Amino acid sequence: MNYAQAACQALAEAMRADARVVALGEDVGTGGVFGQYRGLQQEFGAARVIDTPISEATIMGAAVGMALTGLRPVVEMRVVDFALCAIDEIVNQAAKNRYMFGGQGRVPLVARLPIGIWSGSAAQHSQSLEAWFAHIPGLVVVAPATPQDNYSLLTAAIACGDPVVYMEHKELWGMQGEVAAPSSAALGQARVARAGSDMTLVTWSRMLHTALAAAEQAAQQGLSVEVIDLRTIWPWDRELVLESAARTRRLLVAHESVQAAGFGAEIAATAAEELGIPVKRVGGARIPVGYARALEDAARISAPQLLQEIKLFANGADRRRSMA
Amino acid sequence: MQASTPAANASHGEHLLSLYRTMARIRAFENAAEEASRGSVAAFGATSDAAALVRGPLHLSTGQEAVAAGVCANLARSDYLTSTHRGHGHTLAKGADTTAMMCELFGRAAGSNKGKGGSMHIADFGVGMLGANGVVAAGIPIAVGAAHSAKIRGSRAIVACFFGDGAINRGPFLEGLNWAKIFELPVLFVCEDNRYSATTATDAMTAGEGAAARARGIGLPAETVDGNDVLAVDAAARELVARIRAGGGPQFLHALTYRVKGHVSVDAAAYRDQGEVEQALESDPLKLAGQRLAALGIAAGRIAAADAEARAEIEAAVAAAHAARPPEPAEAYADIQDTGAGQWR
Ligand SMILES: Cc1ncc(C[n+]2csc(CCOP(=O)(O)OP(=O)(O)O)c2C)c(N)n1
Ligand SMILES: [Mg+2]
Repeated sequence: MNYAQAACQALAEAMRADARVVALGEDVGTGGVFGQYRGLQQEFGAARVIDTPISEATIMGAAVGMALTGLRPVVEMRVVDFALCAIDEIVNQAAKNRYMFGGQGRVPLVARLPIGIWSGSAAQHSQSLEAWFAHIPGLVVVAPATPQDNYSLLTAAIACGDPVVYMEHKELWGMQGEVAAPSSAALGQARVARAGSDMTLVTWSRMLHTALAAAEQAAQQGLSVEVIDLRTIWPWDRELVLESAARTRRLLVAHESVQAAGFGAEIAATAAEELGIPVKRVGGARIPVGYARALEDAARISAPQLLQEIKLFANGADRRRSMA
Repeated sequence: MQASTPAANASHGEHLLSLYRTMARIRAFENAAEEASRGSVAAFGATSDAAALVRGPLHLSTGQEAVAAGVCANLARSDYLTSTHRGHGHTLAKGADTTAMMCELFGRAAGSNKGKGGSMHIADFGVGMLGANGVVAAGIPIAVGAAHSAKIRGSRAIVACFFGDGAINRGPFLEGLNWAKIFELPVLFVCEDNRYSATTATDAMTAGEGAAARARGIGLPAETVDGNDVLAVDAAARELVARIRAGGGPQFLHALTYRVKGHVSVDAAAYRDQGEVEQALESDPLKLAGQRLAALGIAAGRIAAADAEARAEIEAAVAAAHAARPPEPAEAYADIQDTGAGQWR
């Protein structure tokens, strides 16, 4: 089963189990442009799998109104870039509702905001903005990296009583993998994707696969890298990350999103504060994603690049340690 | 609505008296809030005073009470309402408790929002009042969603969606009306046209024929009404609400009124002509309703009693708000999110 089908299965199961679950957004009735809603309107009807106008603010705002009045909407935004047309509804309405009205209401909605560089889609369809949403109290932010996690975490997100910003990666839709039902992952739980002892590498979303490839090559060169798939960006699994970093004494964070003010900075800073260990960030350059392959590649982190950073960090950290 | 026989006059008078009571309660509530808001915020040339009991921007609907009273008289408790930054009247008319409301304005733990929202976010979900909103036009999509939800759930609830004349220049107005129409949702859109958007006359910023014409352009039946005439608002709302309840889809009410006070309580509104204000005061909704009540044979004593009762109710609310305690600082960390609760850094 691929990553898109895994999400589709999670949503279908949730809709079968709970009549309050609805999906709304552009083109969901025809299965969604990535196939992530395929077959759902046929099974559940147009009243529950709702094709909407190109009205992002109202898609998200209506979902808030639905959530407040007894439904559990799953909101399709196509790509995170378009969700910027609904930023008030996410940040000022969905995220703030429970708090500013003194707990009178809850907003159990899942906003699907796919992220990521997506072959040749250029500056307005390629961003990874998870750090923006991690910054907003009231939101849960999730970024699944595998079909299994897309199934498990979407299931968990739909069951969650808080608004969840759910960020699938557009280059992962076709990724194949085993999906074991029932659901196995909880929100807020990271996963050790590869055990290691020389360094902890925290990553998420598509970068996990780059990190695993780099870690494999590092192993061949005698460096044992523990790779953690963060899975939930907020609340992030401090316990698992800090336990690992305390053991390896080195923490590297890698993400596709722009490094400057990225979420990796938060993790690196926490590890430095809590453990006093060397930390390093590897993230995208602060440039828009360009169209031509050469420009797009400049915005990506490749496995060889990441491997290079792993080796530099290992050496640099060793140097700092021996100086101390 | 014309009443001619003495019996019809009498029942008409009683109905108007009940609308008058709602308006008098809103007026008394806002007068008291205004009083407590001196120095509430440093804006419009005013300086803030740390001693202000009602803090922050306080948007008064003084002079606009007939819109809230007339529309909400046609709503059931189980119906929903979304409001604006200027939402005291809508909240009160929908049935919220004035003590909880005043406590909220005073920032008390016993406030309707536990002191977390204040005037601009006043809400009482218990009476279907889904919130005032600090963002212009933001209530429109939420109202549409609540109506869509009612339709999906097979509920008979309808939604009243209030917004100002300035809100019709924001995108959610177009999006929300279009959405309500294509899905034929049970929403009454109420444009409360007080002619101002903060310090700017809305007319100069609005192309075309205005709110009702825009609504008609999207296919919504739209009525324009004298928003200072509570009977006219009530009658128009009754008709539109009946159509919505009969499955007629979204309807639009454009209520013409006037913002008697400044944009917020500390705004002296020096940017507009005082003559305009004085002229508007001639058609103050309480004054108009009082005259009508007299004409319908309601004794002056009963009108005075309605005023006195409203004042007494609000005085008690203010006294309760004075006596109430502020929230514990720990409350700042409650009701944010369950997932990751406790992880604040
Ligand atoms: C999106 C947004 N822009 C600007 C503001 C600042 N603001 C608050 S109220 C207001 C005027 C709104 O006018 P109108 O919709 O007519 O409502 P009224 O204040 O007259 O009741 C403005 C500009 C805001 N709160 N939200
Ligand atoms: Mg106005």
